Parts: sequence; structure tokens; C-alpha cells
Amino acid sequence: MATEISRPTSRRAPRQQIGLIEWLRKNLFSTWYNVIITVVLLYVIVQTVTSFVSWMVTAPGWSAAFTNIKLLLTWTYPVDQLWRPQAAMALVMVLLGLSSGLWGGIVRMVALGAAAISVALGFVAFTFPDLPGQTSLPGWLFMFICAVLLVGGDQLARLVGNKVRWPLIIAWLLAYPAVILILRGGIGLPVVETKLWGGLILTLILAVSGIVLSFPLGVLLALGRRSSLPVIRTFCVLYIELIRGVPLVTVLFMGALLLPLFLPGGESIDALVRAVIAVTLFSAAYLAENVRGGLQSIPKGQVEAARALGLNVVQTTLLITLPQALRAVVPVLVGQFISLFKDTSLVVIIGLVDLLGAAQNIVGQPEWLGTPGGVWRETFLVIAAIYWVFSFTMSRISKRIEDQIARSRH
Amino acid sequence: MAAGSPPLPSGKVTIPFYRDTRIIAIIVQIVFAIAVAALLWYLYSNMMNGLRQANLLPTFAFLSVPASFPIAESVIPYDPSMTYGRAFLVGILNTVRVAVIGIILATILGLILGIARLSDNWLLRNVALVYVEIVRNVPLLLQLIFWFSLTRLFPRIQESIDVGGLLYLHNRGVTLAWPQAASDFGAWMVWVYGGIVCGVVYYVIRRIQFARRDRPGVAMPQAFLIALGVAVIGFFTTYFVYGAWPVSLSIPELQRFNFVGGVTVTNSFAALLVGLVIYTAVFIGEIVRSGILAVSKGQREAARALGLTPGQTMRLVILPQALRVIIPPLTSQYLNLTKNSSLAVAIAYPDLFYVASTINNQTGQAVPVILMLMASYLSVSLLTSLFMNWYNRRIQLVER
Repeated sequence: MATEISRPTSRRAPRQQIGLIEWLRKNLFSTWYNVIITVVLLYVIVQTVTSFVSWMVTAPGWSAAFTNIKLLLTWTYPVDQLWRPQAAMALVMVLLGLSSGLWGGIVRMVALGAAAISVALGFVAFTFPDLPGQTSLPGWLFMFICAVLLVGGDQLARLVGNKVRWPLIIAWLLAYPAVILILRGGIGLPVVETKLWGGLILTLILAVSGIVLSFPLGVLLALGRRSSLPVIRTFCVLYIELIRGVPLVTVLFMGALLLPLFLPGGESIDALVRAVIAVTLFSAAYLAENVRGGLQSIPKGQVEAARALGLNVVQTTLLITLPQALRAVVPVLVGQFISLFKDTSLVVIIGLVDLLGAAQNIVGQPEWLGTPGGVWRETFLVIAAIYWVFSFTMSRISKRIEDQIARSRH
Repeated sequence: MAAGSPPLPSGKVTIPFYRDTRIIAIIVQIVFAIAVAALLWYLYSNMMNGLRQANLLPTFAFLSVPASFPIAESVIPYDPSMTYGRAFLVGILNTVRVAVIGIILATILGLILGIARLSDNWLLRNVALVYVEIVRNVPLLLQLIFWFSLTRLFPRIQESIDVGGLLYLHNRGVTLAWPQAASDFGAWMVWVYGGIVCGVVYYVIRRIQFARRDRPGVAMPQAFLIALGVAVIGFFTTYFVYGAWPVSLSIPELQRFNFVGGVTVTNSFAALLVGLVIYTAVFIGEIVRSGILAVSKGQREAARALGLTPGQTMRLVILPQALRVIIPPLTSQYLNLTKNSSLAVAIAYPDLFYVASTINNQTGQAVPVILMLMASYLSVSLLTSLFMNWYNRRIQLVER
């Protein structure tokens, strides 16, 4: 007797994705006021985009930025020495690539960001003209090489593994002085005076110096502000609040005017050094507050446990609280770096020529006087795009790091 | 073996002073204080030496000397025959003017932006996102210079760009319609004072009632509405009896060479205000957005379950709680806007920093000028944070 088992007819799960019409109704036309908002916005967007695109196509002044790209990037740095900024940048890229392969995680994200910026700028650089007497690689080729160096370093470090750890740490510690040495020259290389530096290089140098040099000072101030010793705490609070209460312009102004007065024979202090000192002193106060935030986020039990294990105050700080605090504030520090990167444009006010200053100079060149309306719109758009690519990429990195830290807590 | 080991301490253990943390702490602080004082003294004496050689010893005497430089715009009367002190005051007031107007406008735009970022309309949400991402990744100084350059493309005053007859753009600045008080404005204010008195009386009575019944209650909004209502009703009845308004809109009219009526601001001021508002609103928008998101979903659901309407939920449950998260970062954005207004120097708006650097160029008195500059910015920052902290304390959660 054959038994017949009726198989239950299974129904498919209800469709998850919704059709186009459904999506439009839900996201654009759900209520009467949403209908109005959508229609008005569509009209405004279409108007803006079409007029912007037609302006971009017909604008006469694009050549101002692109024929002067060398000024924008390096200002008056000697043409026959241009390989030096490239070498300095390649050095950093290799180190970043190696670190990415070795440590992974957060560092890899930073490296990925740098690679993305390189590739993006590489495509932009296709339009760069070659300069007479140029000893460096063409811009586009160099930017792509940077990306290759990053990925190559990453792969290499993964193969070699932990053996590169200590050499790499030492190389990073030496990287900042090495970059300055390559750019400025001295030992064997012809000296390039800092008054010739400018453009994007100067912007990057100021921003990186601001973070790197202010780091020790900022951490000390943060620790000092949480110290139990009243004299030290008061000093740190006063310093931090004083600096945070005034605009960066005033600090730069002070650096330019008062530093030469403060030091004997200070008239000879280089303008760039003055700006770097001012930016460092300014940035340290903000960095201190960020690090303090990290220190406050460490549960008290960590300190108590460390003390119970017999570590003294210095050991507890260096081995237990500070590493955890710094890890927690990495995204905030990236944020601070972004704002410093943007804020360094203020050095224009004290007479240095950074990316923005170079653009202003180009706009004022006599050969563009004949262009109706001037070339400032095109030129400023180009440098806005450069600033934007950097800041936007870094803010994405910061977001990713933040997400990763949040995930690792659970 | 035992002979080699030190004898066990008997009785009270005395710690040598160099291992006593209390004494070390005092020594460290004294050394630190001496080091800081020595450094400051070193810098100070260098400075005084240098200045003595340059015959520029710091003095505030220049403050009463005629400034002899013109300032393009001023809130108070000013001309070059007035003193440097007066010029400095003009700079402070110009900074305060752009900061106050900027803070108000940036808050409104930021609020709109923050709510737009949370809209259920996909298009609105993403337009707001694009705006935020473009504006916050480009330096403010570049944006200011961009707006300033833009205002210089405006046509001559005779060919002003007309926006609805109320706003005119031209190469000398922006002229806009502005309310103007009538000559009998003071008499109309009676209604406002009356309204305020009614509101206060109502508030006090309700408070006494709440206290008697020993129950909490809200009286402020109603008192405010009563005050407003009395004033508005009073104004309308007077208007019907009397037939004229106390305030008229002064509409600019183009004469041969200039505008008559309305208010004209320079293009530096217009560019600075637009730049600061557009830039700061982005950060305020993000603060508002995260503040609203920080209120847990359960709060909204509970309020709805208790039968509150969506409007009531927003007004009575979500916003008061979001405000607690919003106020502290909002304060620092207000301070940022005030400090960022110093970038005005790049677009020739005579703010505090611009005036101070002009004074420095003319007198060479770098030290007093910098001291005054920093003291002014610090006091503006301090006043703003005092006010915001007071407000913050008022709205903080009172816990048992």
C-alpha cells in the first residue's frame, strides 16, 4: 500500500525590494508637503546644475590654474630641484605602506586614504604641462607611483612580517627631520631657502608640523591638566584656555611680531619657522583637550588595577592609561588634522604663500587681466577641489576608524 | 648569612624625604614654577632690551593720539581725527555686530539643515548632505575670499540687481529694506510694557498655585503668549482707531547716485556674514541632527503611547532632551564663529583684528596692541561661554 505523502507547498517569502514607483512614492511623495519640497528642489537642482555645467564648459579661465599648476603645488621651489619634494613624498608613502602591511587596522585605513588621494590627484595631474628643465617625474606618473608604493609596501611588510617592526618605528621617528632635510638641503644637497617654499607643499608641511610637533606638548598639557599638583594644573588650564579663547590669526600675528622680540637676535628667525611655532603652540592646546577627553574615557579601574599590580604613577601613565587614551582619540585627532589642514590657509594673512596664497597670486597675474570677470572663479574652484579631496578623504578615514573602535568595544 | 642582612626596622618606619611622595610633589611644583618664571623673565628681559634699543618701549599713551586713518564702516560715529582708543572700540563693535547677526542667522540655517538631514524626503536629505560635505571640507578663508570676489562682480549702483524690490546688489554693497520706527514709537511701547506686566502677573500667580498644590507645572510659555497677545491686540486696536503703524518698512529707492531709504551694508560685511553663516550652519546642523538622534527611540514611542500628538512629542519630549545634548557643542560653535570673524582682515572688513593690525602698523606698539587684542577676544569668549553655561545649567536634568 503506497502511502502518499503530500508535500507541503511552500510559499516564497514576500518580496523584499520595492518597485521604482513604490520607492518614489515612499521617499519623495509621501505627504503633500513632501510633494511640494520635492518639486521645488528638483527645479532648483536642475537650474543650478545646468547653469553650473554650462559655465564650466564655457569658462575661459581654466588655463590660469592648469598652466600654473607648478606654482600651486610648490610655488617658487626651484624647477631643477623638484625631484626633492617627490622623493620626500615617496619616502612617506613607502613608510605608510610598510606600516599598513605590518599593523593593519587603523593604519591600513590611513594608507588606503593616502592611496585614494594619490590616485585622484594622479588623474587630475594628467593635464599638468611639463616644465622646461624639470628633473622630476611627470605629475600623473608620480602620483600613480605613490599609490603603487603604498600597495607594494603593504604587501612587502605582510611577507616579511614582524622583522621590520623596529626599523620601521625608528624610520618613522626620523621621517619628519628627514623630509625637512630633503626639502631644505644642506648635507651634500644645494640649500633651498624656505622663502622659496609655498603652495600645497607649504600647506602640508604646516599641517603635519602642527600635529607632529604639538603632539608631545599637547600630551604633556593634557596630563598636566589632570594632575593632582595645583601649580602644574593651573598653569596647564591657563595655557589651554588662553590659546583656545583667541583666534589662530592672533597667535600667528603674535608669532610673527613677538617671537623676534623674545629671542636675542631673533630678527633672523625664518618666517616659516615663526609660523610653524605659532601653529604648534596653537594646535597643542586643542590637542591637549582632545587627549584629555581620551584620558577621561578610561575607566578608573584601569588605574587602580595598575597601581595594585605595583606600577608607579609614571609606569601607569605610560603603559596603561596613555596608550588606551590615545587609541580612543585617533578619530578626533584626524578631525583636528583636517581642521588644521584647512586653517593653515590663514598664513596668507601673515604673508606666507600657501596653496591659497599661490592661487591669489595667480589670479592677480597681469596676463589674465583681459579675461572678462577675471579668472578667480576657475582658479579658486581648482584649489577648493584640492582642499576638498584631502579633507573629504581624511574625514571618511576618521569615520571608518571610529566605527572600527566602536565595534571592537562590543 | 643572617649577619649580612640589615636589621629589621624597629618601631616607626621613617621614609627618607626623597622617597616621600608628598615632599616630592612640593619639590616638583616649586621647580616647575621657578622654571616657568625664569623662562618668562628671560623672554621678557630680551624683549625689553630689544625694544629699548629700538626706542619703542611699550606704552598705552598712543591710545589718546588721533588715529588719522579712516574706517569704512562703524556702529558708532567715527572719523580719522578721533583717537586710537576710539578706533579700537569701533573694531570691537564691528566684530560684535557681525558675530551677533551671524550667530542668529547661523542658528536658524543650522536648525533647518539639521532637520532637513533627518527628513523622510530622500531628495531633501541628500541635498542637505551634499551641502554639508561641500562646505565643511573647504577652508573658510577660501570661501570668504570667494564670496568677496563675487560681490565685486556686482554692477554699478545705477544697474543694481533687484531682488523683489526689497534687496539690491551693487558694487558698493547690499541695500535692503529695513523697518523704521515712527516718531511716536515710544507711545506704542505702552502696549508692550502692559503685555509684559500681564505675563509676569500670570506667571507669579501660577507659580504660587503650583507651590500650594505642591505639583510641578509649566507657566512660562503661557505667560509669554499672554504678553504677546496683549501687545498684539493693543497694537491692532490702536491701528484701527488711529490708522497708522508704529513701524514702517523703509524701502530703498534709487536716486541719481545713491539709494535713499533702507539700509546699505558694505560688500565686505555682506561677504563675511554670508561666508560665516554658511560655514557655521553646517556644524550647527550636524550638532542639531546628532542631538535629535541622541534621544532614544523609546522616548518617542512612550510619548506616543501616552497619547501625545506628534507635535507635542517633538515639543515636550524630544526637543527638551535633545537641547541638553545640543547646548555645549553649540556654545563652542558660537565661539568659533566669533573667532573666525577675525578672517575679515582678508576681505577688508574693519573688525577688531583688522583695526588692531592697522594700529600696530602705524604706531609700532606691538606688545600693547597684542595684549589688548587678546584681552578683547578672551572677554568676548568668556562672556559668551558664561551666558551659554548659565543657560545650559537651567535646562540640565535635575536629578535627585
